[in-house]
Formats: sequence, C-alpha cells, structure tokens
Amino acid sequence: MKMKLNLFSFLFTFTILSSHVLSISDLILTKVDRRIDLSTQIVRTTTTLKVENAGSDIVSEILLSFPENHAIHLAYLSATLNEGRGKAKPSSGVSLPYDEVVSPKDFPNSLKVYSVTLPKGLGKGDSLTLDVLAVFTHILQPFPEKITQADIQLLLFQESAHYLTPYPVKVQSLTVKLPDARIESYSKLENTKLQGSELKYGPYQNIPPFAYLPMVIHFENNQPFAVAKELVREIEISHWGNVQITEHYNLVHGGAESKGEFSRLDYQARPYVRGASAFRRLVAKLPPRAHSVYYRDEIGNISTSNLWGDSKKTQLEIEPRYPIFGGWKIAFTIGYGLPLQDFLFGIDGKRFLNISFGSPINELVIDTLIVKVVLPEGSKDISPSVPFPVKQRHETKFSHLDIAGRPVVVLEKNNAVPEHNEHFQVYYKFNRLSMLREPLMLIFGFFFLFVASIVYMHADLSISKTSASYLAKIQWEEVQATIHQVHTIISRCLTTHDKLEASLRDLSRTGDIQACKATRKSVDSSLKELTKELKSPVTFLQSSPQATQILPKVEEVIAKERDLQERLMAKHSTVVDCYEKKLGGREIENRVASHQQKITALRQEIDDLMDLIDEI
Amino acid sequence: MAATDAQTSLRHAFGNVLAFFILILIGVLAFSIRLFSVIKYESVIHEFDPYFNYRVTQFLTKNGIYDFWNWFDDRTWYPLGRVIGGTVYPGLTLTAGTLWWILNSLNIPLSVETVCVFTAPIFSAFASWATYLLTKEVKGPGAGLTAAVLLAMVPSYISRSVAGSYDNEAVAIFALIFTFYLYIKTLNTGSLFYATLNSIAYFYMVCSWGGYTFIINLIPMHALLCIVTGRYSSRLYIAYAPLIVLGTLLAALVPVVGFNAVMTSEHFASFLVFILIHVVALVYYIKGILSPKMFKVAVALVVSGGLAVCFAMIAVLVAMVASSPTMGWSGRSLSLLDPTYASKYIPIIASVSEHQPPTWPSYFMDINVLAFLVPAGIIVSFFCAKIVCLIFSCYSVEFLTKSRWSLLLQACFSPLSDASSFVILYIVTSVYFSGVMVRLMLVLAPAACILSGIALSQAFDVFTRSIKLQLPSLSIDSPVDAGDGSSESVVPDDTVKTDKTEDTQKERTSKKSRSRKSSSESVEKPSSKSQIKKRLSVLPLETSIIAIVLLVLLGAFYVVHSVWAAAEAYSAPSIVLTSHSHDGLHVFDDFREAYAWLSHNTEVDDKVASWWDYGYQTTAMANRTVIVDNNTWNNTHIATVGTAMSSPEKAAWEIFHSLDVKYVLVVFGGLVGYPSDDINKFLWMVRIGGGVFPHIKEPDYLRDGQYRIDNMATPTMLNCLMYKLSYYRFVETDGKAFDRVRRTEIGKKHFKLTHFEEVFTTHHWMVRIYKLKPPKNRIRGKTKKSKSKANPKTVSKRKELKRNPF
Repeated sequence: MKMKLNLFSFLFTFTILSSHVLSISDLILTKVDRRIDLSTQIVRTTTTLKVENAGSDIVSEILLSFPENHAIHLAYLSATLNEGRGKAKPSSGVSLPYDEVVSPKDFPNSLKVYSVTLPKGLGKGDSLTLDVLAVFTHILQPFPEKITQADIQLLLFQESAHYLTPYPVKVQSLTVKLPDARIESYSKLENTKLQGSELKYGPYQNIPPFAYLPMVIHFENNQPFAVAKELVREIEISHWGNVQITEHYNLVHGGAESKGEFSRLDYQARPYVRGASAFRRLVAKLPPRAHSVYYRDEIGNISTSNLWGDSKKTQLEIEPRYPIFGGWKIAFTIGYGLPLQDFLFGIDGKRFLNISFGSPINELVIDTLIVKVVLPEGSKDISPSVPFPVKQRHETKFSHLDIAGRPVVVLEKNNAVPEHNEHFQVYYKFNRLSMLREPLMLIFGFFFLFVASIVYMHADLSISKTSASYLAKIQWEEVQATIHQVHTIISRCLTTHDKLEASLRDLSRTGDIQACKATRKSVDSSLKELTKELKSPVTFLQSSPQATQILPKVEEVIAKERDLQERLMAKHSTVVDCYEKKLGGREIENRVASHQQKITALRQEIDDLMDLIDEI
Repeated sequence: MAATDAQTSLRHAFGNVLAFFILILIGVLAFSIRLFSVIKYESVIHEFDPYFNYRVTQFLTKNGIYDFWNWFDDRTWYPLGRVIGGTVYPGLTLTAGTLWWILNSLNIPLSVETVCVFTAPIFSAFASWATYLLTKEVKGPGAGLTAAVLLAMVPSYISRSVAGSYDNEAVAIFALIFTFYLYIKTLNTGSLFYATLNSIAYFYMVCSWGGYTFIINLIPMHALLCIVTGRYSSRLYIAYAPLIVLGTLLAALVPVVGFNAVMTSEHFASFLVFILIHVVALVYYIKGILSPKMFKVAVALVVSGGLAVCFAMIAVLVAMVASSPTMGWSGRSLSLLDPTYASKYIPIIASVSEHQPPTWPSYFMDINVLAFLVPAGIIVSFFCAKIVCLIFSCYSVEFLTKSRWSLLLQACFSPLSDASSFVILYIVTSVYFSGVMVRLMLVLAPAACILSGIALSQAFDVFTRSIKLQLPSLSIDSPVDAGDGSSESVVPDDTVKTDKTEDTQKERTSKKSRSRKSSSESVEKPSSKSQIKKRLSVLPLETSIIAIVLLVLLGAFYVVHSVWAAAEAYSAPSIVLTSHSHDGLHVFDDFREAYAWLSHNTEVDDKVASWWDYGYQTTAMANRTVIVDNNTWNNTHIATVGTAMSSPEKAAWEIFHSLDVKYVLVVFGGLVGYPSDDINKFLWMVRIGGGVFPHIKEPDYLRDGQYRIDNMATPTMLNCLMYKLSYYRFVETDGKAFDRVRRTEIGKKHFKLTHFEEVFTTHHWMVRIYKLKPPKNRIRGKTKKSKSKANPKTVSKRKELKRNPF
C-alpha cells in the first residue's frame, strides 16, 4: 500500500513534466471481455484484455482509448495485471500507473488515449492479462428528459458494440447488465442475446483497430440518481481524542426532470408508482465507533434519520426533508465524531491521518468534492498523500481560542465516485505540549480577571482626592463608623441594664441582698465606663457637619438611655430597700409600678431609635 | 470593641460572599430552566417574530452596522419593500450581534443562530440580577434574593424567554428592571452618576422594545406622586430631570423612535411633569429665601398670574393634540388606554391572540402563587413588617396596651418610602395593562416578583425570628424572659460552642456577635430588645412553625409549577410540533419541510404569497420574497392578500398575478388536527380584507352568524380561494373529507383548480404550496366569458386589449 502510494505520487509529478511521444506497437488483443453495469447511475465498465506482443520490440506501455464524449465523464480508471488465470478480483492485483497522453496523429479524432505503463516490458511473443475498470458518471441520458410524477424514468445508453482500441482484436464479447426492469428497446446487432436482465453482444472475431459499432439501449431505471453538486468534507483533528467530520451536501436528483404537479396524495397512496423515480432515503456507511452523529440543514435538525451500529460499521439512514424528484435540490449537513486512535498513527516522529477520501453515502456521484483536513494549531511539515490526482491548497482556520489559526489542507477532486473512497494520508508534525496552550490560556485569563478584580476592590480609584464629594464621602464613612460605635456602646448599656434586672429577679427568688448589691456596684462602674466611652464619639458627631441630620436622634437616644438608667437605678434601690425592710411582694410591686411603666416605655423608645440609627 | 468590628466585618464579608454565590446560582437557574426547549426539541429559533430578528442579526453580522442602518429589505412587502434599519427596534439585534462579534473575535466559533438562541436565557439571568438590585434598594438584600429567585422562574417571563425565543422582550425585561433599579438607586442616593447611568439604561430600553413608553409614563407618574404627597427633594429632581433630558435625546437617536420621542402623546406626561418639577423646585427655592409671610404674598401673586399662563398653554396643547385623528397616540397605545379600541378600529391588532385580554386562569398560569403574595407584598411595602407582625400578634396576645397602640399608630403613619411607593405604583399600573393585553402580563411579572419577594422574605423573617426567640425558652422551662442573648443560663454553653477563643470578659460581645451571626441578613437584635417588645413581635411557636411549613409548601408549589410550565407549556418552538401516540413520539416538521422545498426548488426571485403570519418565516427560512409579513405596517397590503384569499379562484388569481406572485402557501391542519391553521384564521382575513375592500362582506362567509365549512356553509365560503387551496383533493385521503380540526365533513368535496396547480404538499399536509398557472390559458377563457356578458362596448375594448399579445 505504502509503496503504491509513493509510486503514484512520484508518477503524478512525473506526468506533468513529461510529454509522451507515442508509437503504435505491434500488440494484439487476443481476447477482450467487456462487462458494462448499468444497474445504477454510475456506469462501470470492466474490461479484461489479453494482450500479446506480436512485434519484436519490447513494449512497456499499453494504450487505452475512449471516445471523447465518454471520456469527459470518466471518473475513475484503473488497470490491474491479472496474473493468475481465471477470475481474479480486479482489486487483488496492484493497479498500474496510467496517464493521459496526446493522441498520435494517425489516430482518429475525438478520441482520448490513456497509456498504461507495465511494470516490466512485454517481450516478443509474451502475453499478459489486464483488467481495466472504467467508471463513468452522467452518461446515462434520461429520455424523455422531463417526466411527470406518475411516469417512470427511462434512460438512454450509447456505446460501441466493438471494443474501441488502437489494437486489432481477435475475439471479443460485451455483456451489459441492466436493472431488473423494463427494457424499452436495444440495438439488435448480429449475435445479440437478451438473457433476463443481461444483454449480450458477440462474440465478434478479428476486428480491426478503431472499430466502432454504435448501439443504443433504452431502458427503465428507477434507482436514485443522487448527485452531489458539491460536497465539502471537513475533517478536524483534535488531539484530545476526536476526529470530527462534517459533511455539507448539496444534492440534486440527476435523473429525468419532474414537470407539472406534485401531488402528495398520489405519492402517499402509491409511492412506488407515483413517484417511482424519486428517492426518499440515502444510506451512509460510517466507520465503526462513530459517535455524536447529527443530521441537519441550515434551518435546523432533520428528525427523519436512523442509526444502527455494530463493531464493523455504523449505518446511517437519512431521509431528506422531502422526497427528491428529478431536478429537485436539497442541501444538508451530516456530522459525526470518530475516535482518534482509529485514524491517527505515528511514524518516526511524524504523525499521519489515515482516513477515507470520499463520501460515506452509497452510490453517490460527486461533481465537486472538497476535502478539508483541519490539523491542530501548531502543526508543521504538512504533506498530504492521495492515491489519485487532486488539486491541493492550504488555508488557515480559526476556531476555539486559536491565535495563529489551524493549518488546513484542502484537496479538491472533480467527478468523484464511490471508487474514490480510498484511504489517503496527511503527514504532519505536532508537539504534544501545544495541546495545553488553550487550557492554560483560559486558566491565566480567569486568573488575571480575578487578580484584576481584587486589585479593583482594594484600590481607591477616585480621581481627585480633594474634591468635595470625595471628602464628603470619607467624612460620611467616618460618621457611619462613629454612629456604629455609639450604637454598640448603647447596646452594651442595655445589656448591662438587663443584668441589673436579672439580679433583681434573682433577688426575688433567693432573697440574697448582698449579691444583688454587688451586682449593682459592678453595673454602676461599667455604666460609668460606658458613659465615658460615649463622650468622644458624641463630640465627634457634634463637630462633624455630615452628622447634623442624625445627631438629634443620637442625642435623643443617649438622653433616653440616661433617663432609663436613672429609672432603673431608682427602681433597683427601691426594690433592694423593700427587701431590706422585708416588705411583701405586693407592696414592692406597688412601689415599683410607676418606675416599671416608665422603664418599659423608655426601653421601647430606645429600641425603636436604635433600629432607626442602625438602618443608616 | 476591635474584636466586634472584626467579627462584624467578617460576618458582612461572609454574607456578601454567600449572597454572591446565591446570585450566581440564581443566574444558573434562570439560564438552565429555559433550556428545556433545546433539550426537548433542538436549538432552533422559535415562532414567528424571532425569525425576523434572527434574519436581521444575520444581516448585521454579515454586512456590518452601517449597512444594517441603511438596509432596505426587498424580500418582503413586495413590491413596497421595507426599510429595516429605520423601522426595527435594534436593541436585541445589536446585543446578539455584539455577543457574536465578541465571541468570534475570541475565536470561539459559535454560529449566529446559536448566539441568538441563547440570548434570551442569558438575559433572563441578567434580569434576575437586576431584580435583586432593585428589590435590594426597596427592601434590603433578603427580599432582593427572594425576588430574584422568583423572577428567575416566573412562568410569564419564561414563556417569552426560553432558549430560541429570540424576541425583543427577552432583553427588554432586563432593560426595564435595570432602568427602574437605577431610578430607585438615584432616588435613594441623589447621585448624578446613577442618573446618567439611568438614562443610558433607558436608552437601551428604547432600543429594545416599544414598551419603553411604560417607563416614560411610569416614572413621571411616580415623580408626580412624590410631589403631590409633599415628598419633593433634590434627590427626586436629580433622579427625574436628567433622565428626561438625556433620555429623550438618546431616544431620539434610535431611528424607529426619532422625533416620536418629542412628538407623540405617549411622551407627553413626562414633559408635563418635567415642567411641574421645575416649578416645584422653584417654589421650594423661593420658600427657602423668603420669610413665611413674604412667601404667602408671593404665592398669591404667582398663582394668579401663573394659572392664566398655564391654562393658555394647556389649551394650545389640547388643541394641537386633538387636531390629530388619534390624539397623537399610536394604535397600540390607544388600545391600551381604551381596551375596546382595537376591536372596533384595527382588526389587525385585535387579530393577534396575544393582544386579547387575558382570562383569569392565565393569571394563575403565568404568575401562579405570586398572585396571592402580591397583596401581602403591597401591605408589607406600605407598612413595615413589624406592623404586620404586630397586627398578627394582637390575635395572640389578649389585650393591647397603650404602648402597643401608640407603636401601631406611629408605624402606620410612618411615611411611605420613595422606593416602595414606586414599586406599588408599578404593580398597580402593570396589573391594569396586563388586564388589557395578555402580552403585557410580562410587564406585570417583575413587579409581582418584587412584591412577592418582599412579602415572602418578611414573612420568613418574622416567623424564623419568632421560632428562634422561643426555642431556648422551651429548652429551659423557666419563667425568665425568652431570647438567646439575655437568658444567662444558656450563655456559657453558647460561647463555648461558638467562640472558644473568646475570654470570659468579652462574654457579652461574643454573645451578641453569635446572635447576630445566627440572625438573618436583615439584622435584628433580639438581645437588645426589651421583653415586651419581643413579646410584641413574636408569634406563638406553633403558629410560626406551621406558617413556615405552609410558606415552604407554597414556594415548592411555585417551583413545581414553574418547572412544569417551562418544560411542557412554553418550550414548544411551534415550528416543529410533536405528539405522543401509542407508538412513541411523532414529529411534525412540515413547516421546515415546506420552507426547505421553497428555498431549494424555486427561483431566487419568486414571490410567495401567504397570510402574514408566515411572512417572517418564509423570508428567513426559505429566503423568498413575500407579500406581507408579521410587521403588519401596511394594512392595505394585508387587506389585499386577505381579499385574495377570500375571493373566488379567478379574482384571486388576478390579484396575485398583479402582485407578481408565483406561489401561494397555505397552512392546513385538517388532516392531522393542527388547530391554528389558515381556515381558523380565515375570518380575520375576511375582516381585514373587508375593512379596506368593501366588496368582501363578512356575513357572506357566515351562516346565521356562525362560521362553518360543512355543507351548511355559504357558497361564498365554499368557493373562496382559501377553502379551495386548503381542501384540494382532501376528499381522496379518507373518502369522506373529515376535517379533524373543525370536526365535520367539509361542504364541498370534489372540485378542480383551474388557475392554480399544486406543486408541493408536506408530509402531513400542513403546508400546501400552489403555483399560479401561467396567464396564457387564462386570457382565452376570460375573453370567452366576457363575450357572453351583456356589455358589448367593454367587450370589444377588452378584446382589442387582450388580443394584442397573440
């Protein structure tokens, strides 16, 4: 495989440089067997040539000729040496290099000639067997060209019953395989036989070179004529373990054009009669272990698809949004992911992608196939190797936080058929560390974002440090802090009051006057301290212009607190007095009642004021 | 002291971080609850208008901002076209375009469609954050968080902002709330900085949605309320005046608004109040200079002179306004002020289902339990929570002492703050508007969320505090006063538990800080309260627990309902339908099937006629020129299409042919039972068509006032184009032609089309596309017919005219 590829690429470059001078050698085709397969829209011609060198020179090239009107539709050509006698598969042999040559002067006009180079020269009297596979597209002509929904699709195929070759042919025969359907008409030449769906011409003997015997077959073919006007396959490699393939199809039904009404009713009632030529589904064979398959078009997901999978392959059956009649178009996108290790390999320091070239959809003719291989950012020394001639160019694609962009190898091939679904390779060098670039970028990005926000939160960004509003703001903050201070002091006072009250309750329970007095003393001292503490913030507030609004409230609170303090003290002394005098509980209550009421009211007011202050 | 400060700041920091994370979670919730549509269906633009916005965004990203402003769209309103740049509110498009541009310049390859799909969820996260800010300004952070959670999943807002619902409202609600927030913020701080931000936010709102008129009327109303209630302050002036000046200037920059910002009556109130506020400011200023006596004299002078001038001005204004037929109001505003206006004069506005008044169930569907919480929220905003609690506690405590009475009275007459009066004004007006149009339920939702958030958070506050105050007293069975701070026996345990490092001297401070830590965001200090006060604001323990359980249940019900609404009711993209049958999910993707067919299999310049509902979708998805679309700016054009649809085939062909139409698209649900199809909308076509072309008469299509398509239907109905295009060959599907939407057999089953041919029908027959047959065949038929007519003169003329081509 590898050797073949190298050989091909070598020859490919060589062909461009060389211009051949041809001479007809003395070759004789002793036997020619041709099989033409017309069962699908792709016409495959398999020719088995038995070549004998009747001359004396050693021959190293064999010429294959096609009429020009066919040659322009030639999509694929391969010639293989059939070494073993009998039926060897064409693919088993190594396909031989060929190239297009200018037809010599003594050749008839409108003929395209390809020359196949033999691996070793053919000596005198030697013979060999050559299998030639030629694949044509667009040579089946719909006739009539326009049909209605109810009509069947009829096709016209024109060929020569004799093998068109520059060499004399001793014995030749032609078999045409037709689809299992009606055959409208065919050229009845000598030795023509119709067996089932196979049409046989020949054998004919001793035909001179360049013999052309026209024959026409008019037959029914309702196979899907799916033609992709353009297919863009994007193969994106991610070294995180995925090969993402996105295929943009631009399909058209290449058969007989539909005319007149399209009736859904007829189509639904008898889909195979009214709408026989339409196709409603396509089958794509994806590689095994394909995942995240999607099928959509530019206006959203298309829900009519099915997916099966086993270890050998994944089969995707897609139904376009509407049945495609002749001439109707549709565009859609298929995408899927593949595991990287199945397609990416390493060889002496280089990596290479080995993946199939063509579309996974069965029997699809592709007018323009563009394969884009998107390599990871930072790939170097890129060299693609494709087993057949393609146009190449390079692009850059930006995606997912790229800085330099990803190198893209663009391969373009016109007139591609399923035979082109061969594997091709893209060699490149890639440093594994480059993989970490984007995650690191993100990490640092967020890191700096956080750092910046920390800096912002801690830095004072005001432009002018002397402006009135700035000073006012600072002052206001100070005022707030002071008010907060006042607030805490007063609330501490209140807790001290609570303590006093608690001591009174203890007194009523235990009757321990001494303990109560001790508490009273400690409370007195702490209250005094608190009053002292209160002084400095209050003076600050009085001096500060910003606090004018809040100051009265603060002063009110302080005054009320004083009042409350006095009342409490009075109450306390009264109660203690009463206890000392051992008065009854009722008596005490009576005496205290007036104090108690005031205390409650004051406490209430202070609480409200405190709430108010706190809200500032 | 220092320790306390450190503790408090730490506590604040902790609270801030907690609030920050809660907000992030709220954002995530708001975003992810709207992703049901993407998960259940797909990432696709929804409904009708979003497709237009999507198309405009695509144009913007492709051609840049300058081409966008100058864009003359020839794909729509054929042959008139439409100047998109000047007739579209560009806020949404520019937002999504900017998002896309930023992402792409960072090389994050998101498609325009993806950005558009996710714009609405992103902005609803922003909206819930804005709600937090607004409610925080009104009632504190606790209420703010609650309101933000409620808004994150209020069904009414979800219905307009699920992923894919790429409509103006998606960003406009955020802009609305944010503008209100900045207004309140300015009102509270009196900062010019916020006032400027406020006018920029207002500018963004003007860019985004026609609903900006709500702001420009509500804020003046509030300013007026403040002035009338004697709450004029310099802060009010700073909040109001810059907004009007800057805001109006900025609004005039938006092409679609332009001079409307000063010319139409919607903006009138703001200018009137603008004048008024200056007068008031002047009066206050003069009052400050003059002595009270002098002031009285001055008032007398000015009032007599000023009134005369005012009357003159008002008279001029009234005359100017009255000279225009709609009093300077746009149709939509008028239909708001007079709910019956649209149905009388503008059938196009009335024909849109979202312009109908809502039903009661739709309130429950759209704002759910908020409907019950809003009154509570209003009460809480009117009075403070304490009072509510006091009132409640009156039931539990047998008697009202004098002090309690005074407290109650004092609180009741405590003046309403500016912010809460604004919120109350907001809810009152939006309740009215939502009662006029279902669509404006969306404006009600944020107000309802804010007030419910206030109510819920205050209720929780009261109940949890009651429980907290009573729990320790339960654990120690003593008559000593309740409260964690003041019962001495508990304190040592608590200090040991919480602050081991604290030495015994600082017992009290630690006590306090602990109690603070355990209390909720809005700090209350039970330790410093007196016994009575505590008793006053404390509800019985059982009541509190039961109430909290009930509140949690209520909240849970709301969450369940919202999630259900997001998942089931509001996530359908309406462009693709699904149904569950016994053999699994069935997808109806007919619309896109038809649009894809149109876009791939017709000529680029072909014109497609359909009812205006499908105009935006056709231009966006099929990229074909349409005759009318959802913009509905030209009533006559729509009436022409309506007339064509309600005319017999031949007349319809002529109308369509004169409009250069090649394809006619109808939506037909009779086969699969899709109810919002063209036959059900047909009466509106007749009405709108008849409004301009009097030969179309609605009664001709009705049998005894009933709209029917069965064999009792009128011949006019059975012969009109819409009927024929919808039911063409329908009888051959089941032999009986049973319409599953109307649940009858159709009236006329077998007929042929002479001037139209069917070119495409989708899989479920939901969209049928017909092609106009070429005119050659037509003219012969017509000349024959006209020959048979009696008027020989016109016939001969016609003959000459028509025969010329042959």
